[in-house]
Amino acid sequence: MGVSGAVGTGVRTGSRAHDDRDGWGAWDDGPLGRWERVLDGVRAYRMIAGMWIRSTMAYRVSFVMTTIGNLTATGLDFLAIVLMFSRIDRLGGYSLPEIAFLYGLSAISFGTADLVVGSMDRLGRRVRDGTLDTLLVRPAPVLAQVAADRFALRRLGRITQGLAVLGYALLTLDDVHWTILKVLLVPVTVISGGAIFCAVFVGGAAFQFVARDASEVQNAFTYGGATLLQYPPGLFARDLVRGVTFVLPLAFVNWLPALYVLGRPYPLDLPEWVAFLPPLVAAGCCALAGLAWRAGLRSYRSTGS
Amino acid sequence: MDGPFNESFNESFADSFNGSSHDSSHDSFIELDGVEKVFDVRKRTGFMRSERREVRAVDSISFRVARGEMVGYIGPNGAGKSTTIKMLTGILTPSGGRLRVAGIDPSRERTRLARRIGVVFGQRTTLWWDLPLIDSYRLMHRMYRIPDARYRENLDRCVELLELADLLDVPVRQLSLGQRMRGDIAAALLHDPEVLYLDEPTIGLDVISKARVREFLRDLNTERGTTVLLTTHDLQDIEQLCSRVMVIDHGRLMYDGPLTGLHEVGDSERTLVVDLERELPPIEVPSARVVRVEGPRQWLAFPASESAAPLVARIAAEYPLVDLSVRDPDIEAVIAKMYADQAEKAGRAAS
Repeated sequence: MGVSGAVGTGVRTGSRAHDDRDGWGAWDDGPLGRWERVLDGVRAYRMIAGMWIRSTMAYRVSFVMTTIGNLTATGLDFLAIVLMFSRIDRLGGYSLPEIAFLYGLSAISFGTADLVVGSMDRLGRRVRDGTLDTLLVRPAPVLAQVAADRFALRRLGRITQGLAVLGYALLTLDDVHWTILKVLLVPVTVISGGAIFCAVFVGGAAFQFVARDASEVQNAFTYGGATLLQYPPGLFARDLVRGVTFVLPLAFVNWLPALYVLGRPYPLDLPEWVAFLPPLVAAGCCALAGLAWRAGLRSYRSTGS
Repeated sequence: MDGPFNESFNESFADSFNGSSHDSSHDSFIELDGVEKVFDVRKRTGFMRSERREVRAVDSISFRVARGEMVGYIGPNGAGKSTTIKMLTGILTPSGGRLRVAGIDPSRERTRLARRIGVVFGQRTTLWWDLPLIDSYRLMHRMYRIPDARYRENLDRCVELLELADLLDVPVRQLSLGQRMRGDIAAALLHDPEVLYLDEPTIGLDVISKARVREFLRDLNTERGTTVLLTTHDLQDIEQLCSRVMVIDHGRLMYDGPLTGLHEVGDSERTLVVDLERELPPIEVPSARVVRVEGPRQWLAFPASESAAPLVARIAAEYPLVDLSVRDPDIEAVIAKMYADQAEKAGRAAS
């Protein structure tokens, strides 16, 4: 639930009982108010997600079919890599278990974000057809409502597949000298990575307030980014790696911590400690995404449809 | 971060201008003082190039609505009706002026206000398409944290008055437009809002559904004292529901008063259509003029503020009358005329 923090604080219209004429003071509500907003957001998210789950259950057969389809598609995705390795021993110098390690981490992180906030790329459509307004008259944070929009359990498919691939990787990796630090780093990486992807989704949605049909651009960063991270950085051009390290810090989702675990050299001569930065990077990304969301929503509310 | 500072600047600006407005804040529930909404419209003029143009969707509107009033808010498309409603509900932030609903600044305390207002967007349902109607109400119950007893009481009342009992277990996608509108109205009232905004509540409904919705709104207003503000294209909505009507055009408030007064201000005319026994030259009566003749049928225009009875009596006495009907001016025509008069007056003042 890494994004929930951003969910709650995204919209600053806190419930303040005192007179609202003192605009300066009222803008700065205390930490308690903010925490209440977070809880409010999580609560609204759970309710709306629940409604969507029940809505999908209205079409049970369709749900089963799409879930099976989803699992098959994601399963085949990794199978393609396995088949590739029947012809080659190494990909960019990496063995199959090592690739599987990268793949699993990326898939779980992306899958989690996709499950939690994956429908936010529909925001542009909501702005265009005016249905966003119906969310704005509800007593719940808009970000939570938009994030829970079209919540779909079939998205668990990717997480399941990611977990399976990661499990396979952990069982077959034999050159890794596991230390406590490395063991701890794996779950931390997954959670931070999920939060980074969530931030990308939220930031992309915020951008759609301005550019209504930017959902394809957003998909390039989310789906495209997730695919990129499944392969070792050495396969890609230096400038691309630089971009996903310093500009859109997707490298912190799995590359850098995974390379540390695998004992592989970092790209771009980065120091070793960057492997432990993902939680900080994730927090920074979520904060930025929250700010972007706030700015986007404010711009919408001043410009309208 | 300049948004809030701008807002507070505008607010204090408006406050200093309308210093007296605070005094009346006790009896008026909705207050607008010189509220403005200016949009920057960008028009594409070429690849990557665009022109910016300022559009005043709402241009310095001021009015008060007292608790328990039922007000019709009308005007042609693009006049600024929806923009006003969006500012009143906190969806949009005003560009200028001062706006209060129940003492709350809607744009700044949107969620707090949300618990006290109900909104029905005529063409956008808030109900859950694939779920039984009752599920949408249960969500409202939880989202608005409505106390159980209150929820049950309100739901029972709405179900009875809006005749929803047989529909509660039906998925919303299977409801007719009229049923869905009734369902939407009920959804907006479960949390006991003090004011209900309705945007085109009878659009697309059949006669029976319209009547049912109107009757319900009338009861709601008289029995519960709920303040109602509705936008509509349907003059009958206004006639049957609203003691007061506000006309907006080009973002300005053109008229604020009773409906009868609107006809006088608009200097509008009703039309008497008469069918005579045979083709005759245009009827000659002092209080009306013939505007069209088609075989034995003739159209006569007469001032909307006058009764049709003496006119009909006179024609019946002097001409071989077979059938007749009286047509009300439509609201668009009244407003168009009003606007033309205003422009003419302004033109005269300028020259």
